[in-house]
Amino acid sequence: MPRFIYFSLQVNTLNKELQSEFIEVMNEIWASDQIRSAVLISSKPGCFVAGADINMLAACKTPQEAAQVSQEGQKMFEKLEKSTKPIVAAISGSCLGGGLELAISCQYRIAIKDRKTVLGVPEVLLGILPGAGGTQRLPKMVGVPAAFDMMLTGRSIRADRAKKMGLVDQLVEPLGPGLKPPEERTIEYLEEVAVSFAKGLADKKISSKRNKGLMEKLTSYAMTIPFVRQQIYKKVEEQVQKQTKGLYPAPLKIIDKFGELAMTKESKALMGLYHGQVLCKKNKFGAPQKEVKQLAILGAGLMGAGIAQVSVDKGLNTILKDATLAGLGRGQQQVFKGLNDKVKKKALTSFERDSIFSNLTGQLDYQNFEKADMVIEAVFEDLSLKHKVLKEVEAVIPDHCVFASNTSALPINEIAAVSKRPEKVIGMHYFSPVDKMQLLEIITTQKTSKDTTASAVAVGLKQGKVIVVVKDGPGFYTTRCLAPMMSEVIRILQEGVGPKKLDSLTTSFGFPVGAATLADEVGVDVAKHVAEDLGKAFGERFGGGSLELLQQMVAKGFLGRKSGKGFYIYQEGSKDKNLNSDMDSILAGLKLPARPEVSSDEDIQYRLVTRFVNEAVMCLQEGILATPAEGDIGAVFGLGFPPCLGGPFRFVDLYGAQKVVDRLRKYEAAYGKQFTPCQLLIDHANSPGKKFYP
Amino acid sequence: MTSILTYTFKSLPSTSKWALRFSLRPLSCSSQLWAAPAVQTKSKKTLAKPNIRNIVVVDGVRIPFLLSGTSGLLHRTNVPKEVVDYIIFGTVVQEVKTSNVAREAALGAGFSDKTPAHTVTMACISANQAMTTGVGLIASGQCDVIVAGGVELMSDVPIRHSRKMRKMMLDLNKAKTLGQRLSLISKFRLNFLSPELPAVAEFSTNETMGHSADRLAAAFAVSRLEQDEYALRSHTLAKKAQDEGLLSDVVPFKVPGKDTVTKDSGIRPSSLEQMAKLKPAFIKPYGTVTAANSSFLTDGASAMLIMAEEKALAMGYKPKAYLRDFVYVSQDPKDQLLLGPTYATPKVLEKAGLTMNDIDVFEFHEAFSGQILANFKAMDSDWFTQNYMGRKTKVGSLPLEKFNNWGGSLSLGHPFGATGCRLVMAAANRLRKEGGQYSLVAACAAGGQGHAMIVEAYPK
Repeated sequence: MPRFIYFSLQVNTLNKELQSEFIEVMNEIWASDQIRSAVLISSKPGCFVAGADINMLAACKTPQEAAQVSQEGQKMFEKLEKSTKPIVAAISGSCLGGGLELAISCQYRIAIKDRKTVLGVPEVLLGILPGAGGTQRLPKMVGVPAAFDMMLTGRSIRADRAKKMGLVDQLVEPLGPGLKPPEERTIEYLEEVAVSFAKGLADKKISSKRNKGLMEKLTSYAMTIPFVRQQIYKKVEEQVQKQTKGLYPAPLKIIDKFGELAMTKESKALMGLYHGQVLCKKNKFGAPQKEVKQLAILGAGLMGAGIAQVSVDKGLNTILKDATLAGLGRGQQQVFKGLNDKVKKKALTSFERDSIFSNLTGQLDYQNFEKADMVIEAVFEDLSLKHKVLKEVEAVIPDHCVFASNTSALPINEIAAVSKRPEKVIGMHYFSPVDKMQLLEIITTQKTSKDTTASAVAVGLKQGKVIVVVKDGPGFYTTRCLAPMMSEVIRILQEGVGPKKLDSLTTSFGFPVGAATLADEVGVDVAKHVAEDLGKAFGERFGGGSLELLQQMVAKGFLGRKSGKGFYIYQEGSKDKNLNSDMDSILAGLKLPARPEVSSDEDIQYRLVTRFVNEAVMCLQEGILATPAEGDIGAVFGLGFPPCLGGPFRFVDLYGAQKVVDRLRKYEAAYGKQFTPCQLLIDHANSPGKKFYP
Repeated sequence: MTSILTYTFKSLPSTSKWALRFSLRPLSCSSQLWAAPAVQTKSKKTLAKPNIRNIVVVDGVRIPFLLSGTSGLLHRTNVPKEVVDYIIFGTVVQEVKTSNVAREAALGAGFSDKTPAHTVTMACISANQAMTTGVGLIASGQCDVIVAGGVELMSDVPIRHSRKMRKMMLDLNKAKTLGQRLSLISKFRLNFLSPELPAVAEFSTNETMGHSADRLAAAFAVSRLEQDEYALRSHTLAKKAQDEGLLSDVVPFKVPGKDTVTKDSGIRPSSLEQMAKLKPAFIKPYGTVTAANSSFLTDGASAMLIMAEEKALAMGYKPKAYLRDFVYVSQDPKDQLLLGPTYATPKVLEKAGLTMNDIDVFEFHEAFSGQILANFKAMDSDWFTQNYMGRKTKVGSLPLEKFNNWGGSLSLGHPFGATGCRLVMAAANRLRKEGGQYSLVAACAAGGQGHAMIVEAYPK
């Protein structure tokens, strides 16, 4: 009689203790003649193995140490792969990184077909590579092109797709309610099925060999021809270079460089971002007293409709109110289109789309607002208009209802000034496009209650956002950091650097979007609005380029992408963008003499980045930001600060505070106060041991 | 499709001779494989309600449920045209040309062209819907005599052109000039010709019913053996009932070009060993639902004559049973697709003021063995009833000795639209045969819906 041993992974990241425990149990299995096969399963629903413990790598001091971690993993998985007793991996939930490497070392894989079950090797996102043999096994299993795609993009693959690719052998559909909660029974069932396959494999009734399709056979044959292989590698390298602009070292390093890779600055920065993101996906304010079930959104513009989309998508009942039928219709169409795009990508079925869309109610009046638990206003950025809707809404909503304002620059306490219950007023700053941008900046005033904050964070998390909570003040955190940099952008343009050149300078520094393109995307009118407001609030420090440039652009209707013209010309259906030649006369009229001592390519890049970083550090100094981690997450996820630099605070730590201050001093000499380093930054420069991150 | 329906119509009694024939059946054949139920003491004398008309089933017939692939026509009887006020028929897979199949069949069957007819659809409980619609019309005093039934012709389902082809053909109709037509035709691609088969899959979830049943069985931990055993029981009981002539609602039917069919053709008692050899039909290769423990798709039709009691008596009929309280329920079409009976049973019992002990005869639609057994377990589970049905205690366990004693959809077959009437006729006939008073009829249906009805024996 075959006997089966189960052991459950208590911790779902592979750390050193688990590694040794695992080897012990496996040795027992291999040694026993009672055991003919084994099943590997996690008792934790929703997580098979989420990968190697990042801290294990972060704790490594030298490349040799990191390489050893990788080698130990390789040895363990090699033994597993060569096991004469079949081992079945039963996968429910995330099977990532080391988890997937573990699974593909087994003889057979069975996965739950649900949304939570994803397989992937996201190491590249942390600046490293699959270190435990995944780079060798994956191509054998799914073919070289698919394996490269997985390893170089880090994308997660859902179970059904994984089955088609040959990454898993069997799928198990999740079960509904029976005599136990569905998740619990589904795991049990997965185990039952896995055990039956383990028996079948041991009895040789089932073969773990897969029949390869014709295409697969052809591609694997083609890969044996050196010329074809070289061509593919070349193509892949080009692709990677294009995507990363050579800033991310991981994709092109080969496996034996793993140790070195884990120690690069970029890898440290990316791991830091990973940790920060985990932190910003938690509600540190606790559970709100009343869960928000009915949401109302005022204003069906780009932002309002975007917020509505991410809300209904997660099952929140949402009212979308606008002042006009045309505006409302446009907003509803935007939500529908957003959902329909998911159908086209097969992320949703058309039925699910309809069912999600039915969570949305469009209306022109305040009907049913008495049942709302939270109202988010996304009306035009105008204080008197915001006051008007706040008063209207407060007349109809219940006492517990939170009033959130989506604004990018208007101080929340000024909005709350007309409120009868300022403790219920909070800022929720979403980023456009709402369904793509992960960040949500929540702004609390002195009077905002903790429960209101908890409620806003809970809604944001439900919408799938990464959240930073900041104190109120002009421009909060994100807008405030961006403003001085944009002001510098204008000055650089005035000094005669063309938008194309400026874009290439910023993207080659690591910004995902060039500075001139960013202005077009945000909207020149919005930029002007913000620049005027913050200029008033902060005075000279926010100076630099001339506001006149933005004012003239707005006057001519060059509002950026939304009006078809900005620095560039945008045409429907065309991806190429040409310079807007009408800008030449505006730029010529406002031309400033360039200062040769600070106008090298590198200087231009650093003028932009140091102003950004200096302002960010000042936000921490003034208490707008609670932690440097939130500052980094906000800058990277909301503003596109180069992820390979890890955010402004990580940048100061890795680059060196002294060097940042030196740069600022150099530019201060040329331009004055706008570059004066803030006190906290000077403190860090003066005591080299002082770091934002331990 | 209309021909078999027409035929079923025509088989309905114009006089009470059917009832007479059935009542003459010898009583000696009542011995049961699974012990015959003892008649319980009743908590209620009868379910008649003040100010509401009693509604009775005068009789019901069906043509044998055939495995898909045969159909036809033979027997003709005269039908009293004027008596019927209204005709309601249920069907599931609709033929575009006969979208109101009830009317076409009624005309073809020689009913008065003055008798209106409409078609209802509610998946597997379409015939139930036809009956209860009729009950509503009689109870509200709008009609006295209703013919209700259902029909399904699985061997000839409409197959549509693909959407692209349909659009092109419609556009061609509208095109005015040769140029327009040519430009349309130039858009033709070979894949336009691939047809669109009607699926037995849920529209909302895209999951076939068998697949859902397999998951349901797994959720309730119903084993393959349990399912095969239950299926074997169904076939064995159906065979016995057939041999003893208990399936008296069946009328013979001549298949054109083939032999006359007098019996349900799907009853095939097998052995557990043979059933165990079958491969899973839906979740491959490790599922538990197989062809042997699923109901099979059949052609078939059934019809019932429903009347207000006083009308039936005035016309000299001897009714078979009262149709009493009924409920419809619905739930999650993904994970609880086939749990309709679990939800409907306690509701209808409460509505009628009865308990499980008052029921002498259970007639449930057997979509799958796994589905029936999952419903048993759900009703007997405190956890399920508390967490999903919002009830304090479990519904209770069903007495198997009273359950589907003459076979069920697993063995007799399941023409989607026609099963409801078979259930009610089996319930009525069993009550007469076994001597009970109340019967509970329940069924599940696609879309996550369910139905239950109390049938009360007519005093002899």
